[in-house]
Amino acid sequence: MSALVDEQKLEQSPQGDPELPRIKPHTTSEIKAHLRAAKTLWCPGCSNGTITRALIDALLGLEVDPTKVVVVAGIGCSGRVSAYLDYSTVHTAHGRALAVATGVKAADPSLHVIVAMGDGDSSAIGGNHFIHAARRNIDLTALVFNNSIYGMTGGQTSPTTHLGDRSTTSVYGNVEPAFDLCELAHAAGATYVARSTAWAYRQLVNVIAGGIAHKGFSMVEAMAICPVYYGRFNLTSDPTEFLRLQKEHAVPAGEFDEGESRVRDKYPVGLLHHAERQEFVTALTEVKERAKEASNG
Amino acid sequence: MAVAETTAPRAVLLQGNEAVAEGAIAAGARFFAGYPITPSTEIAEVLARRMPQVGGTFIQMEDEIASIAAVCGASLAGQKALTATSGPGFSLMQEMIGFASMAQIPCVIVDVMRGGPSTGLPTEPAQGDMMQARWGTHGEHSVIALVPSSVEECYTLTVEAFNLSEQYRTPVIILSDALIGHMREAVVLPEPGSLRIAARGEPDCEPDEYDTVSSTLDNILPRPPLGSAFKVHVTGLVYNRRSGTPDTADPAAAADLGRYLREKIYHHREAIVRVEETHMEDAEVAIFAYGSVARSALAVVRWARAQGVPVGLVRPITIWPFPTHAVDRMAGQVCSVIVPEMNVKQMSWEVQAAVSGRAKVVDYGRIDGKLITPAEIKALVKQEFYYHKWEDE
Repeated sequence: MSALVDEQKLEQSPQGDPELPRIKPHTTSEIKAHLRAAKTLWCPGCSNGTITRALIDALLGLEVDPTKVVVVAGIGCSGRVSAYLDYSTVHTAHGRALAVATGVKAADPSLHVIVAMGDGDSSAIGGNHFIHAARRNIDLTALVFNNSIYGMTGGQTSPTTHLGDRSTTSVYGNVEPAFDLCELAHAAGATYVARSTAWAYRQLVNVIAGGIAHKGFSMVEAMAICPVYYGRFNLTSDPTEFLRLQKEHAVPAGEFDEGESRVRDKYPVGLLHHAERQEFVTALTEVKERAKEASNG
Repeated sequence: MAVAETTAPRAVLLQGNEAVAEGAIAAGARFFAGYPITPSTEIAEVLARRMPQVGGTFIQMEDEIASIAAVCGASLAGQKALTATSGPGFSLMQEMIGFASMAQIPCVIVDVMRGGPSTGLPTEPAQGDMMQARWGTHGEHSVIALVPSSVEECYTLTVEAFNLSEQYRTPVIILSDALIGHMREAVVLPEPGSLRIAARGEPDCEPDEYDTVSSTLDNILPRPPLGSAFKVHVTGLVYNRRSGTPDTADPAAAADLGRYLREKIYHHREAIVRVEETHMEDAEVAIFAYGSVARSALAVVRWARAQGVPVGLVRPITIWPFPTHAVDRMAGQVCSVIVPEMNVKQMSWEVQAAVSGRAKVVDYGRIDGKLITPAEIKALVKQEFYYHKWEDE
């Protein structure tokens, strides 16, 4: 589906941590079987198609029953993924995907709920839902398409736009520092936090698969490329060059030096945090049992 | 029709908010998400205890936006779901109420009205959200709103709200107020088996045959729950009503959907709208009053009738869609209509539009958090019968 995915080269893509599932990439026809639409409204060179493919690859690799998959999405470029995927899908309001997904999962715990959001969607307008979903440790997989800008509205500053970056609303350079979404999720209580890039396709599939397999709130930050807005304003409008820059900036978590690497605008990728803690819907089920015992006795 | 499961006793002393909570359980609601706010909090408190007892889910969300969002999600997953709030929270919910309207998600929103705007008068009653209930979310849409005026109605109208939301796949709003919500009355609850309980049902076809094209105004098709072989797509974008897929490029699709969303409520107006008329058979003056104000109005009608003065009460139980037919009938009969309400002219404008010059419309509003007393309404009635020699005062 995406010109950026060269099946011949997938084998060379880094896989990430040994404790993650190892998904063998599926063929384009296998992937397409889970798409409703052949066309998207994403710009040429956008990596959202790659990330969408990685999600399907992960679900296929885990052999999840497709009728039990629910994708809840917000508003923005990433939100459109809901209409393209052939699962049960909900295209909600801007920022509200996690709150809607909380209702879906609590009402039917048998579902695999994936929450597709953008960076502004999840951390600006939906920031409150983001930290509380993480705090509750509800068994959802938040997949954040982070392109560091508001793409759908034409390139405005988001909470992940870096200090000094240009956008149509930071004409003289962004005066606000960026959120690190993985640190935010970790601090708020997420029990699975991972990051990968559109460039490292197999690692991206594996960290998404790890998130879906994890019982608890998992957050996967997929570093996206937006050559049309973010790239053109700040780095490069050439998608290939942009992907090469991702390769340079993404440092395997084990090799990441917090002090040294950060100042060079690099970020750790792979599984960043993993813990076991009581899951929210399980806790709600136990509450029902306690309440029934109390009312019977 | 299913039989309601409820353990509620038959004759009980209940608070209005408690009655809403018990009514929701009786209606089959098994999901509540909310955020504490005066004067609606008791609904959340009761359901925090009751929902788990009946196998349902209670979640205190991080705010009211999250609450209505979670309610939409739970409903899409197949549960009957509700939230409860008051003015500021109701304001926050408006965007997602629009989403529920657009995406045709059955759900119930209880707004226990308090003085506003903003933080306003948190513990005092008001009826200031009548128009917000109708037009609070942006864009063209239709809505159903019910106004209880007793504790018993808090129970029965909550059941009715769920029935309407399930039948018409739409959000239904209950406009209670701080008086009704906090008042305690002895209530004889209906026998659980006697309640009509509507449920959305499941499509009776194979997934590849499912096609919303056969959903007509007379036959609103149930939507399968999320996580089924139907693999539905739900969106807040304008969508092609036939295929369900987003379509923002075709003006005809947008017009068709807009018309359908509006007409699916108005087409059924006769079945939805309920109005209670008291002593209207020969009334020359009518009082149009709803919610807690209708209680004072009823006392005034009885007082006037005891003196042989022809005053009647028109009490809308359904306020949206507006009971135009009942007001139209009333306008052909009476000389004047008195509209006392705890806001400034919100429903009186609607009454005037429906009366259309055929009778005098006298509005009377209070926005100080104080109830409109029978004495105040009596004074208005006396002006309409200035030639009558009243026995008291």
